[in-house]
Amino acid sequence: MNWIPAKTSTRIYLLLLLLLAPAPHFFDWIGQPFYLDLLSRALIIGIAAISLNLILGFGGMVSLGHAAYIGIGAYCVGIPSYYDYYNGWLHLGLALLVSAVFALITGAISLRTRGVYFIMITMAFSQMVYFTFLSLEEYGADDGLVIYSRSEFPEWLSMDSSSALYYWIFAVLLLSLYFTHRLVHSRFGRVIVGARFNEQRMQALGFDTYRYRLVCYVIAAMICSVAGVLLGNFTGFISPDMIGWARSGELIFMIIIGGTATLFGPLLGTIAFVVLEELLSSITVYWHLIFGVMLVALVLYGKGGIHGWLSRFDRDKVEDD
Amino acid sequence: MTESLLEIKGLNKHFGGIVASNDVNLAVTRGRVHAIIGPNGAGKTTLIEQLSGQIRPDSGDIKFAGRSVIGDSIAQRARNGLARSFQITSVVLPMTLLENVMLAVQGNSGHSYRFWSPVKEDSDMKAAAMASLAEVGLDDRAGRIADNLSHGEQRQLEVAMALAMKPRMLLLDEPMAGMGKDEGARMVEILGNLDGMTILLVEHDMDAVFSLADQLSVLVNGHIIATDTVDNIRANDEVQKAYLGDGHA
Repeated sequence: MNWIPAKTSTRIYLLLLLLLAPAPHFFDWIGQPFYLDLLSRALIIGIAAISLNLILGFGGMVSLGHAAYIGIGAYCVGIPSYYDYYNGWLHLGLALLVSAVFALITGAISLRTRGVYFIMITMAFSQMVYFTFLSLEEYGADDGLVIYSRSEFPEWLSMDSSSALYYWIFAVLLLSLYFTHRLVHSRFGRVIVGARFNEQRMQALGFDTYRYRLVCYVIAAMICSVAGVLLGNFTGFISPDMIGWARSGELIFMIIIGGTATLFGPLLGTIAFVVLEELLSSITVYWHLIFGVMLVALVLYGKGGIHGWLSRFDRDKVEDD
Repeated sequence: MTESLLEIKGLNKHFGGIVASNDVNLAVTRGRVHAIIGPNGAGKTTLIEQLSGQIRPDSGDIKFAGRSVIGDSIAQRARNGLARSFQITSVVLPMTLLENVMLAVQGNSGHSYRFWSPVKEDSDMKAAAMASLAEVGLDDRAGRIADNLSHGEQRQLEVAMALAMKPRMLLLDEPMAGMGKDEGARMVEILGNLDGMTILLVEHDMDAVFSLADQLSVLVNGHIIATDTVDNIRANDEVQKAYLGDGHA
């Protein structure tokens, strides 16, 4: 086997990752640290989008409540820090645990529904989280909570500088991409993807699709909570605003822009989304309007999103993801 | 006495005012092909769906290999060896034939909470899937996308998937539906070659039924009016009147 991937689109993506690796040095060199902030933010949201794509894209479970797990992750940094517990492993462990338990309970209920009902019930659960944090006076309620110091890790894993935090984000991004790649091609992934196409058929083949979907739902939530931990550290500030259903809607848009049920689609979509948001908002205050029109056009004419467009350059039409 | 693999006792199912199954009693002998015929709307598909678990009967019992399966889910029944093919072709469309059949093999080979190893490189599973494809004569097209197959080939793929589950019994819901004469003949040949497989066959094509079935039941308005050997059914006046009509006399 050749180590160079056969498909043009995959080559482009690997090149993109290679270019992303030295970003802190590059932005430092050109004296624009602000862009590192922008990129860090985009990659964190990208991780969240990658995790959502696992259930939404590959699994066909359109959740409008995924941002809740960003919030859970971020509050798992914020609340312990409020009590002066800064241990990073504690933050990470707590985020993974809380998100898993919450996803297990809400998923067990939501996954009994389909289609619009699933969308509505996942949104309802995320709004529950939203209003819970909104009512927590102790932790700032709607004003949010300032995190005075980043999660503490051993020296070599420290996230104290903005470039160190960037490499944390980049590493988690690579891990979630690799994990998604392995997962989708595994036995488990086949069941999840098969159930998206035809759930009844999968049951008739002997798969308890409900349980497999629930496990997938929990995995996606846990990955997303790590994005939340990173976001909490990145912004140094948490508020219920991170959790609102509109945030979940944005994640869905990012996935659609990039290409659903593809490995790199969510990342591409997120970068495009964040860059466009930044560009348009610097041009006009009415940028939401332009942005909306672009999104509508993309959904109408851009089948397959950015990945769909790029994969036209692939010579063979073998399905990648 | 020969042993029944599947036993249906006093099965009833109503949809509002419509009677889909009315006190259905049926026993399918191990290793035999048992066909169910009946006019449209007689409740044949509803019966199959009660057996495979899609629909819950209002009352009655279904015993498979001596054990009641009424409380089992679709997936449990499938893993237990009751494999179903669908009347409406419902293969997992956008994958290749091999991938489709490999899913069926996977369903029969333990749990699928395996998150890491690529399925593609599982040579045992691939070999089992290829064997099932070969049984229906599709092994030369294993890499094609199932979507692009002809209707007849898709029905063959359905049978291959059912076989890949290594079932103890096949529930075939109109495997010849919508097929041309050649395709139908090919399917009869494929099913005829499944030596020793217990099959419950629902089929409209009388020639196919007469050539494949050992036993025949006639379902009219949700009730089985006769069960007998093929020859006896053909000679039965009541059946002639109810279903077969003049054309098949």
